[in-house]
Amino acid sequence: MMLKSIGLLSQYLIGVLFGLGLLVSGMSNPEKILAFLDLGGAWDPSLIFVMGGAVLVGLVAFYLAKKRTQSFFGDALQIPTRRDIDQRLVTGSLLFGLGWGIAGFCPGPALVALGTGHTKALIFVLAMLVGMATCEWLFSGNKRTPALK
Amino acid sequence: MQIDWTAFTPGPALFGGVLLGIAAALYIHFHGRILGISGIVSGILRLQHNDIVWRICFVLGLLTASFWAAFLFDFHPLQVIQAEWGALILAGLLVGFGAHYGSGCTSGHGICGLSRLSPRSLVATASFMGAGFFTVFVIRYVLS
Repeated sequence: MMLKSIGLLSQYLIGVLFGLGLLVSGMSNPEKILAFLDLGGAWDPSLIFVMGGAVLVGLVAFYLAKKRTQSFFGDALQIPTRRDIDQRLVTGSLLFGLGWGIAGFCPGPALVALGTGHTKALIFVLAMLVGMATCEWLFSGNKRTPALK
Repeated sequence: MQIDWTAFTPGPALFGGVLLGIAAALYIHFHGRILGISGIVSGILRLQHNDIVWRICFVLGLLTASFWAAFLFDFHPLQVIQAEWGALILAGLLVGFGAHYGSGCTSGHGICGLSRLSPRSLVATASFMGAGFFTVFVIRYVLS
């Protein structure tokens, strides 16, 4: 019970940390995302540095994580093992990129901006939830099989 | 293409990126999961008992990040949302459907997937970035 509560607190705190990362990096600002995606105008390459910083830490973290047998809180490690490129992956990502380019919002930054109190972020998040629910209903979610390793 | 040196913020971008990386690192080591926002959020919609409270806790963290940034660091970063309502709804639908259909978004495929050197995530990231570049180009230089 105690461990479970600490686990939930950890979920919350990591959510806050991720949100802070988005705020500090400027990625919670759609204008900055669009300035990166706009190759034709005055280009803001900041997003590359955000990804670079995150992946640098991530490379070490996931290398070490693969050696674990279970998580710190005792959950099974759910690291995807699929390597096939299917139609679904590409179509989904293209549709996602299309929406990303229209508003400059992806799921994380939209939720952070919603927390800042932007009504427009609320509109986006509600539509996003409808989009997710539609996919869930039509295709019963993504059929990934989290291999336990 | 020319770089906008006044808007370009490599320092905060790198630092913020490292924070995102640390969050993803803590998540896989503490909870055994990929820190993918679309995966965590879409799981809430499944309404499965025992699989929902932890997701909501994480999302509450994202939602209160701005509060903590202001409260702890007196930090109030600017967020400019230029898209109008119709565009926001269309974008939201596409982002929500696409991310769920394609098994991930900028966090799950972008940050975590590239860190795992996953070929699927590399293809996904290239696809959504390509689509993003294309969309902004069409909106800003073809349609207007």
